[in-house]
Amino acid sequence: MSDNKCNTMKNLLEVSFALDDLRLFLDTHPYEKEAISCYQIYKDQRNKVLEDYEQNFGPILSYNVNDENQWIWIETPWPWEGEV
Amino acid sequence: MWSYERRLQYPVKITKPNPKMAQLIMSQFGGPDGELAASMRYLSQRYSMPYKEVAGLLTDIGTEELAHMEIISAIVFQLTKNLSLEEIKTGGFDAYYIDHTTALWPQAAGGIPFNTCFFQSKGDVLTDLHEDLAAEQKARTTYDNILRLITDPEIVDPIKFLREREVVHYQRFGEAMVRVQERLDSKNFYAMNLEIDKLMANK
Repeated sequence: MSDNKCNTMKNLLEVSFALDDLRLFLDTHPYEKEAISCYQIYKDQRNKVLEDYEQNFGPILSYNVNDENQWIWIETPWPWEGEV
Repeated sequence: MWSYERRLQYPVKITKPNPKMAQLIMSQFGGPDGELAASMRYLSQRYSMPYKEVAGLLTDIGTEELAHMEIISAIVFQLTKNLSLEEIKTGGFDAYYIDHTTALWPQAAGGIPFNTCFFQSKGDVLTDLHEDLAAEQKARTTYDNILRLITDPEIVDPIKFLREREVVHYQRFGEAMVRVQERLDSKNFYAMNLEIDKLMANK
Protein backbone atom coordinates (compact mmCIF):
# COMPACT_ATOMS: atom_id res chain seq x y z
CA MET A 1 0.00 0.00 0.00
CA SER A 2 1.35 3.44 -0.93
CA ASP A 3 2.27 5.91 1.81
CA ASN A 4 -0.36 8.31 0.57
CA LYS A 5 -3.10 5.68 0.63
CA CYS A 6 -1.95 4.58 4.09
CA ASN A 7 -1.98 8.15 5.47
CA THR A 8 -5.37 8.96 3.97
CA MET A 9 -6.82 5.79 5.51
CA LYS A 10 -5.22 6.66 8.86
CA ASN A 11 -6.83 10.12 8.72
CA LEU A 12 -10.17 8.56 7.87
CA LEU A 13 -9.95 6.12 10.81
CA GLU A 14 -8.95 8.87 13.23
CA VAL A 15 -11.66 11.33 12.32
CA SER A 16 -14.30 8.57 12.14
CA PHE A 17 -13.30 7.36 15.59
CA ALA A 18 -13.60 10.87 17.01
CA LEU A 19 -17.20 10.84 15.73
CA ASP A 20 -17.86 7.32 17.08
CA ASP A 21 -16.77 8.37 20.55
CA LEU A 22 -18.58 11.72 20.49
CA ARG A 23 -21.79 10.05 19.28
CA LEU A 24 -21.98 7.93 22.44
CA PHE A 25 -21.22 10.96 24.61
CA LEU A 26 -24.00 12.92 22.89
CA ASP A 27 -26.49 10.09 23.45
CA THR A 28 -26.16 10.64 27.20
CA HIS A 29 -25.38 14.42 27.00
CA PRO A 30 -27.69 15.62 24.19
CA TYR A 31 -27.54 19.29 25.25
CA GLU A 32 -23.75 19.73 25.46
CA LYS A 33 -23.18 22.53 22.96
CA GLU A 34 -19.44 22.08 22.80
CA ALA A 35 -19.76 18.39 21.93
CA ILE A 36 -22.38 19.16 19.27
CA SER A 37 -20.14 21.72 17.57
CA CYS A 38 -17.19 19.28 17.79
CA TYR A 39 -19.38 16.68 16.07
CA GLN A 40 -20.07 19.12 13.26
CA ILE A 41 -16.36 19.98 12.82
CA TYR A 42 -15.30 16.31 12.67
CA LYS A 43 -18.23 15.48 10.40
CA ASP A 44 -17.06 18.07 7.85
CA GLN A 45 -13.49 16.78 8.15
CA ARG A 46 -14.64 13.19 7.64
CA ASN A 47 -16.65 14.07 4.54
CA LYS A 48 -13.55 15.69 3.03
CA VAL A 49 -11.17 12.85 3.82
CA LEU A 50 -13.74 10.22 2.78
CA GLU A 51 -14.19 11.93 -0.59
CA ASP A 52 -10.41 12.21 -0.96
CA TYR A 53 -9.91 8.51 -0.21
CA GLU A 54 -12.72 7.29 -2.45
CA GLN A 55 -11.62 9.40 -5.41
CA ASN A 56 -8.05 8.15 -5.21
CA PHE A 57 -8.17 4.62 -3.81
CA GLY A 58 -11.65 3.14 -4.29
CA PRO A 59 -14.98 3.08 -2.48
CA ILE A 60 -15.41 2.87 1.30
CA LEU A 61 -19.22 2.82 1.03
CA SER A 62 -20.95 0.83 -1.69
CA TYR A 63 -23.38 3.75 -2.07
CA ASN A 64 -20.44 5.79 -3.38
CA VAL A 65 -19.26 3.41 -6.11
CA ASN A 66 -18.77 5.54 -9.18
CA ASP A 67 -20.26 4.93 -12.57
CA GLU A 68 -17.63 2.84 -14.31
CA ASN A 69 -17.58 -0.15 -16.59
CA GLN A 70 -16.64 -2.53 -13.81
CA TRP A 71 -17.88 -3.21 -10.32
CA ILE A 72 -14.91 -1.92 -8.30
CA TRP A 73 -16.55 -2.56 -4.93
CA ILE A 74 -14.96 -6.04 -4.86
CA GLU A 75 -11.62 -5.16 -6.47
CA THR A 76 -9.42 -3.79 -3.66
CA PRO A 77 -8.34 -5.95 -0.66
CA TRP A 78 -10.93 -6.38 2.11
CA PRO A 79 -10.29 -4.57 5.41
CA TRP A 80 -9.55 -7.76 7.39
CA GLU A 81 -6.69 -8.71 5.07
CA GLY A 82 -4.27 -6.37 6.84
CA GLU A 83 -3.29 -4.17 3.92
CA VAL A 84 -3.53 -0.91 5.88
CA MET B 1 -30.58 -0.75 8.48
CA TRP B 2 -26.82 -1.07 8.46
CA SER B 3 -24.40 -0.28 5.70
CA TYR B 4 -20.87 -1.60 5.48
CA GLU B 5 -17.80 0.64 5.43
CA ARG B 6 -14.79 -0.94 3.75
CA ARG B 7 -12.46 -0.27 6.69
CA LEU B 8 -11.81 -1.48 10.21
CA GLN B 9 -12.60 0.85 13.11
CA TYR B 10 -8.99 0.30 14.22
CA PRO B 11 -6.26 -1.16 11.98
CA VAL B 12 -5.05 -4.77 12.34
CA LYS B 13 -1.78 -5.81 10.73
CA ILE B 14 -0.26 -8.99 12.16
CA THR B 15 2.72 -10.50 10.37
CA LYS B 16 3.54 -13.47 12.66
CA PRO B 17 0.97 -16.31 12.68
CA ASN B 18 0.19 -17.78 16.09
CA PRO B 19 -2.60 -20.40 16.14
CA LYS B 20 -2.49 -20.78 19.93
CA MET B 21 -3.15 -17.05 20.44
CA ALA B 22 -5.84 -17.13 17.76
CA GLN B 23 -7.71 -19.78 19.70
CA LEU B 24 -7.59 -17.70 22.89
CA ILE B 25 -8.50 -14.37 21.29
CA MET B 26 -11.36 -16.05 19.40
CA SER B 27 -13.24 -15.99 22.71
CA GLN B 28 -13.86 -12.29 22.16
CA PHE B 29 -15.64 -13.21 18.92
CA GLY B 30 -17.90 -16.05 20.09
CA GLY B 31 -17.24 -16.48 23.82
CA PRO B 32 -19.46 -15.68 26.83
CA ASP B 33 -18.27 -12.06 27.14
CA GLY B 34 -17.34 -11.50 23.51
CA GLU B 35 -18.26 -8.88 20.93
CA LEU B 36 -20.95 -10.91 19.17
CA ALA B 37 -22.83 -11.43 22.44
CA ALA B 38 -22.40 -7.73 23.27
CA SER B 39 -23.76 -6.57 19.94
CA MET B 40 -26.75 -8.93 20.04
CA ARG B 41 -27.46 -7.97 23.66
CA TYR B 42 -27.69 -4.24 22.98
CA LEU B 43 -29.40 -4.47 19.62
CA SER B 44 -32.04 -6.82 21.08
CA GLN B 45 -32.66 -4.73 24.20
CA ARG B 46 -33.26 -1.45 22.38
CA TYR B 47 -36.79 -2.26 21.13
CA SER B 48 -38.38 -2.36 24.57
CA MET B 49 -36.25 0.49 26.02
CA PRO B 50 -38.68 3.22 27.15
CA TYR B 51 -36.19 6.13 27.08
CA LYS B 52 -35.09 7.55 23.74
CA GLU B 53 -31.52 8.41 24.74
CA VAL B 54 -30.93 4.89 26.10
CA ALA B 55 -32.44 3.32 22.96
CA GLY B 56 -30.02 5.52 20.99
CA LEU B 57 -27.08 4.46 23.15
CA LEU B 58 -27.97 0.76 22.72
CA THR B 59 -28.19 1.26 18.97
CA ASP B 60 -24.85 3.09 18.72
CA ILE B 61 -22.89 0.85 21.13
CA GLY B 62 -24.49 -2.25 19.57
CA THR B 63 -23.29 -1.03 16.18
CA GLU B 64 -19.78 -0.34 17.48
CA GLU B 65 -19.63 -3.89 18.89
CA LEU B 66 -20.20 -5.21 15.36
CA ALA B 67 -17.10 -3.24 14.34
CA HIS B 68 -15.24 -4.82 17.27
CA MET B 69 -16.37 -8.28 16.22
CA GLU B 70 -14.81 -7.51 12.85
CA ILE B 71 -11.53 -6.39 14.49
CA ILE B 72 -11.33 -9.61 16.56
CA SER B 73 -12.16 -11.69 13.49
CA ALA B 74 -9.42 -9.90 11.54
CA ILE B 75 -6.92 -10.65 14.33
CA VAL B 76 -7.88 -14.35 14.38
CA PHE B 77 -7.82 -14.53 10.57
CA GLN B 78 -4.36 -12.98 10.34
CA LEU B 79 -3.01 -15.16 13.17
CA THR B 80 -4.06 -18.33 11.31
CA LYS B 81 -3.18 -17.31 7.74
CA ASN B 82 -1.07 -19.76 5.69
CA LEU B 83 -0.52 -22.21 8.56
CA SER B 84 1.28 -25.44 7.74
CA LEU B 85 -0.18 -28.73 9.02
CA GLU B 86 2.83 -28.92 11.33
CA GLU B 87 2.02 -25.49 12.84
CA ILE B 88 -1.63 -26.51 13.22
CA LYS B 89 -0.57 -29.63 15.14
CA THR B 90 2.11 -28.06 17.34
CA GLY B 91 0.06 -24.89 17.94
CA GLY B 92 -2.83 -26.82 19.46
CA PHE B 93 -5.12 -25.73 16.64
CA ASP B 94 -5.80 -29.26 15.38
CA ALA B 95 -9.15 -29.82 17.12
CA TYR B 96 -10.52 -26.53 15.73
CA TYR B 97 -9.05 -27.33 12.32
CA ILE B 98 -11.00 -30.61 12.14
CA ASP B 99 -14.32 -28.78 12.32
CA HIS B 100 -13.56 -25.47 10.63
CA THR B 101 -10.21 -25.69 8.77
CA THR B 102 -9.06 -22.09 9.40
CA ALA B 103 -12.45 -20.45 8.83
CA LEU B 104 -13.95 -18.09 11.41
CA TRP B 105 -16.60 -19.64 13.66
CA PRO B 106 -17.85 -18.09 16.89
CA GLN B 107 -16.74 -20.12 19.90
CA ALA B 108 -15.16 -19.56 23.30
CA ALA B 109 -11.46 -20.19 23.99
CA GLY B 110 -12.41 -23.55 25.50
CA GLY B 111 -14.27 -24.63 22.35
CA ILE B 112 -17.80 -23.98 23.63
CA PRO B 113 -19.96 -22.77 20.74
CA PHE B 114 -21.59 -19.34 20.75
CA ASN B 115 -24.84 -19.43 22.65
CA THR B 116 -27.53 -16.76 23.07
CA CYS B 117 -27.76 -17.73 26.77
CA PHE B 118 -24.53 -15.69 27.12
CA PHE B 119 -26.71 -12.58 27.22
CA GLN B 120 -30.08 -11.42 28.41
CA SER B 121 -32.74 -9.13 27.00
CA LYS B 122 -35.23 -8.77 29.80
CA GLY B 123 -37.62 -5.92 28.98
CA ASP B 124 -36.97 -4.15 32.28
CA VAL B 125 -34.93 -0.97 32.00
CA LEU B 126 -32.93 -1.38 35.22
CA THR B 127 -32.37 -5.11 34.73
CA ASP B 128 -31.15 -4.53 31.18
CA LEU B 129 -28.81 -1.68 32.17
CA HIS B 130 -27.31 -3.73 35.01
CA GLU B 131 -26.76 -6.54 32.50
CA ASP B 132 -25.02 -4.09 30.16
CA LEU B 133 -22.77 -2.60 32.86
CA ALA B 134 -21.75 -6.11 33.96
CA ALA B 135 -21.14 -7.13 30.35
CA GLU B 136 -18.72 -4.25 29.75
CA GLN B 137 -16.75 -5.14 32.88
CA LYS B 138 -16.63 -8.84 31.98
CA ALA B 139 -15.35 -7.98 28.51
CA ARG B 140 -12.76 -5.61 30.00
CA THR B 141 -11.55 -8.37 32.35
CA THR B 142 -11.28 -10.77 29.41
CA TYR B 143 -9.14 -8.25 27.51
CA ASP B 144 -6.98 -7.81 30.62
CA ASN B 145 -6.52 -11.59 30.73
CA ILE B 146 -5.57 -11.63 27.04
CA LEU B 147 -3.10 -8.76 27.55
CA ARG B 148 -1.33 -10.73 30.33
CA LEU B 149 -0.71 -13.59 27.91
CA ILE B 150 0.36 -11.83 24.71
CA THR B 151 3.69 -10.20 23.98
CA ASP B 152 3.55 -9.52 20.22
CA PRO B 153 3.10 -5.71 19.92
CA GLU B 154 1.16 -6.19 16.68
CA ILE B 155 -1.54 -8.07 18.64
CA VAL B 156 -1.29 -5.96 21.80
CA ASP B 157 -2.07 -2.73 19.92
CA PRO B 158 -5.63 -3.48 18.68
CA ILE B 159 -6.45 -5.44 21.87
CA LYS B 160 -5.59 -2.38 23.99
CA PHE B 161 -7.87 -0.26 21.83
CA LEU B 162 -10.74 -2.74 22.33
CA ARG B 163 -10.13 -2.88 26.09
CA GLU B 164 -10.36 0.89 26.30
CA ARG B 165 -13.70 0.91 24.48
CA GLU B 166 -15.17 -1.40 27.15
CA VAL B 167 -14.21 1.21 29.76
CA VAL B 168 -15.87 4.01 27.77
CA HIS B 169 -19.04 1.96 27.18
CA TYR B 170 -19.25 1.22 30.91
CA GLN B 171 -19.08 4.96 31.60
CA ARG B 172 -21.84 5.70 29.07
CA PHE B 173 -24.12 2.95 30.41
CA GLY B 174 -23.47 4.32 33.91
CA GLU B 175 -24.65 7.75 32.75
CA ALA B 176 -27.73 6.13 31.20
CA MET B 177 -28.44 4.44 34.53
CA VAL B 178 -28.28 7.82 36.33
CA ARG B 179 -30.67 9.42 33.79
CA VAL B 180 -33.11 6.54 34.21
CA GLN B 181 -32.99 6.59 38.02
CA GLU B 182 -33.59 10.36 38.05
CA ARG B 183 -37.02 9.63 36.58
CA LEU B 184 -37.92 6.80 38.95
CA ASP B 185 -39.13 6.80 42.54
CA SER B 186 -35.90 7.22 44.51
CA LYS B 187 -37.43 5.45 47.52
CA ASN B 188 -37.80 2.30 45.44
CA PHE B 189 -36.34 2.08 41.94
CA TYR B 190 -37.85 -1.37 41.59
CA ALA B 191 -41.45 -0.46 42.44
CA MET B 192 -42.56 -1.15 38.88
CA ASN B 193 -41.42 -2.35 35.52
CA LEU B 194 -42.06 0.61 33.23
CA GLU B 195 -42.23 -1.51 30.10
CA ILE B 196 -45.11 -3.68 31.26
CA ASP B 197 -46.86 -2.08 34.24
CA LYS B 198 -47.67 1.05 32.24
CA LEU B 199 -49.33 -1.12 29.61
CA MET B 200 -51.31 -2.88 32.32
CA ALA B 201 -52.39 0.48 33.82
CA ASN B 202 -53.75 1.63 30.46
CA LYS B 203 -55.89 -1.48 29.98
